[in-house]
Amino acid sequence: MDLNQNKLKVSVTLLRILIGWHFLFEGVVKLYNPEWTSFGYLATAQGPFKWFFTALVGDATIGWVDTLNIVALMVVGITFILGIFERVGAFVGMGLLALYFFAHPPFPGLTQLNVEGSYWFVNKNLIELVACLVIYQLPTGQYFGLEHLRKNKLTKMQEQ
Amino acid sequence: MKWTRRDLLIGLGGLPILGAVWWAGAANTVGSRRKRSEILEQLNITPSLPPAVPGIGGEPVRVGIIGFGIRGEQLCRALGFATENWKEQMRLAAQEDPNNHALEDFMGQEKLNVKLVGICDVFDVRAQNFIDSFSTPENPIKRYITYKDMIGSGDVDAVVIATPDHWHAPISIEALNHNVHVYVEKPMTHTVGETYLLRDAAKNSKAVLAVGHQHRQTLSFSTARDIVEKGTLGHVSLIQTNTNRNDDNGAWNYDIHEKASPETIDWEQFLGSAPKVPFNKNHFFRWRKWWAYGSGLSGDLLTHDYDRLNCVLNMGIPSSVSASGGIYTHNDGRNVPDVIQVNMEFPDYSTGSSQAKGKEKGMTFCYSATLGNGFNRPTILMGHDATMELGNKLTIWPDGASTRYAEMIEAGKMNPGVPIYQYNPAANVPDAISSATSQYFADKGLMWTYIDGVRVDSTFLHMREWLSVIKNGGKVSCGINEGFEEAISAHMAGLSWKLGRKIEWDPNTEMLKPIEGIDFDEVLLANGTWDMKPEMVG
Repeated sequence: MDLNQNKLKVSVTLLRILIGWHFLFEGVVKLYNPEWTSFGYLATAQGPFKWFFTALVGDATIGWVDTLNIVALMVVGITFILGIFERVGAFVGMGLLALYFFAHPPFPGLTQLNVEGSYWFVNKNLIELVACLVIYQLPTGQYFGLEHLRKNKLTKMQEQ
Repeated sequence: MKWTRRDLLIGLGGLPILGAVWWAGAANTVGSRRKRSEILEQLNITPSLPPAVPGIGGEPVRVGIIGFGIRGEQLCRALGFATENWKEQMRLAAQEDPNNHALEDFMGQEKLNVKLVGICDVFDVRAQNFIDSFSTPENPIKRYITYKDMIGSGDVDAVVIATPDHWHAPISIEALNHNVHVYVEKPMTHTVGETYLLRDAAKNSKAVLAVGHQHRQTLSFSTARDIVEKGTLGHVSLIQTNTNRNDDNGAWNYDIHEKASPETIDWEQFLGSAPKVPFNKNHFFRWRKWWAYGSGLSGDLLTHDYDRLNCVLNMGIPSSVSASGGIYTHNDGRNVPDVIQVNMEFPDYSTGSSQAKGKEKGMTFCYSATLGNGFNRPTILMGHDATMELGNKLTIWPDGASTRYAEMIEAGKMNPGVPIYQYNPAANVPDAISSATSQYFADKGLMWTYIDGVRVDSTFLHMREWLSVIKNGGKVSCGINEGFEEAISAHMAGLSWKLGRKIEWDPNTEMLKPIEGIDFDEVLLANGTWDMKPEMVG
């Protein structure tokens, strides 16, 4: 049983780091490219929430939307890779992915823009969202991550 | 409190991963941006800024409209006047397709300092529609039975001519002789002879003449001029430009109005100089299909493509033109071809060369058109160093064997398959254009241009420029000289198709090189191809 627990921890930690890697890279690439904007992605939104996404592309809002997106991507990336406050990161990640999913949902009858595969209701955004849910349910920061030092510090202080 | 080495490994193990990912992302982005800016620096292209014109101040310009058909209505909208009927149609279109912004764009269009004062249209229904739409108690609109009445009335400062082609020159000349300003649709004239008469009239008149090649306002075209002038493309030896349409509207089979009859249409006046044929609705509404009133593909659509390129390259009248084609897609009684290929030769023209002096000189302009297929063949300029696709957007690809970019291609900084420059003033603006014909014009940058990402009707800009020059002086971007080059080139194409032989231009005498036994204008006006009379052949 203990051995299985260990295997699970290793697997979830690996999952956590890879998702963090993905988010951080996306965030950093956008951070260093001042010309990047989510305008195109939002302006071409499809499906039942189109009204919401197209409302975000106004001159007054688009700058905020872009900045928040970068910050959120990096929050998920940093918390997942470093293994600290990962539940906050997982929560933010699920929110982001839900937005990405609903902006261009893989529903039948909708045009699929800029997708590299074939999808029916389920796409990679949705799968990564559920993976974030797993991270949320099974925090591993204490097993591998800064959380380990924080926790350790507390227990050591209690011992004294 | 002490952490063991193991604690630190477990606790800080993520840090190197974080550092690596961060570094990779930053280096990647900064690197590709640097590569891009190096290319851009080398190209040194200045994207064009929106044209600034002095305001149209003082009393409003009093405008008379001659011809209120499809194009006449479009020109009135550019002046700020739309019929209720059109607004209603666009309201419905916007309900059906939220991306259709035609009405919104029209409502947001800057108001020009003009007053519509008169209408001249030989079809009662259209004249009445004009009056019903735009006449108000404060500003009653007068209907003039003939264009001479309107021009001679003293009540109009300027006229907009959107008639069939055979009326363009006579009306323009009459107006210019009365110092009334003219905005005339393309092609500027219907015959070679008229082209000289109109040029003289324009030179002797105090009035301003503008030819309706609105794409001269398109931002991508002025940027393209900068690109070519900077030698970005190297020596351009071939230009390919095309018409690809496959719908009734595009083949000039416009709707025939239910109220059209000899009672509602002044048939004699419509015919003018054209052969006297009995009343014919088909001829009236679909006049573009007959040489007697229109000029077929060469006058109607080649002129757009020719002038588009002439505004970028300033290449002038070709030294010779050969054309071929036929009536292959719409054998419905028309006598203008619906498939045509026109080759224009410019043996002394060059856009500059990156190779040994004297190696490169001369260019062919190739116009290829069909009204039986709508596949979008873009306009491309083919240079030794790069290829440019020209439309509302601009894209430039380096050529694999370029001399100018050889080092950058060698160093992997450029790749023949990857564009080195893209200019899209409409970036990210979702767009809807209703019909296939509109899409055809929009793709060519003939309909819309973009200013700060906002869609602006290029016809509006073109008319605004004309009105500004009327008030403030200056030069219109498509005036008599540009119109002269456009008209002569188009007539050469028409003549070549009709005669089945090469037509040559003599730049010294500014005349077509004569062909024995041939009266060019007789050939141009004749219906269909020209039958060589036996005595001429023998």
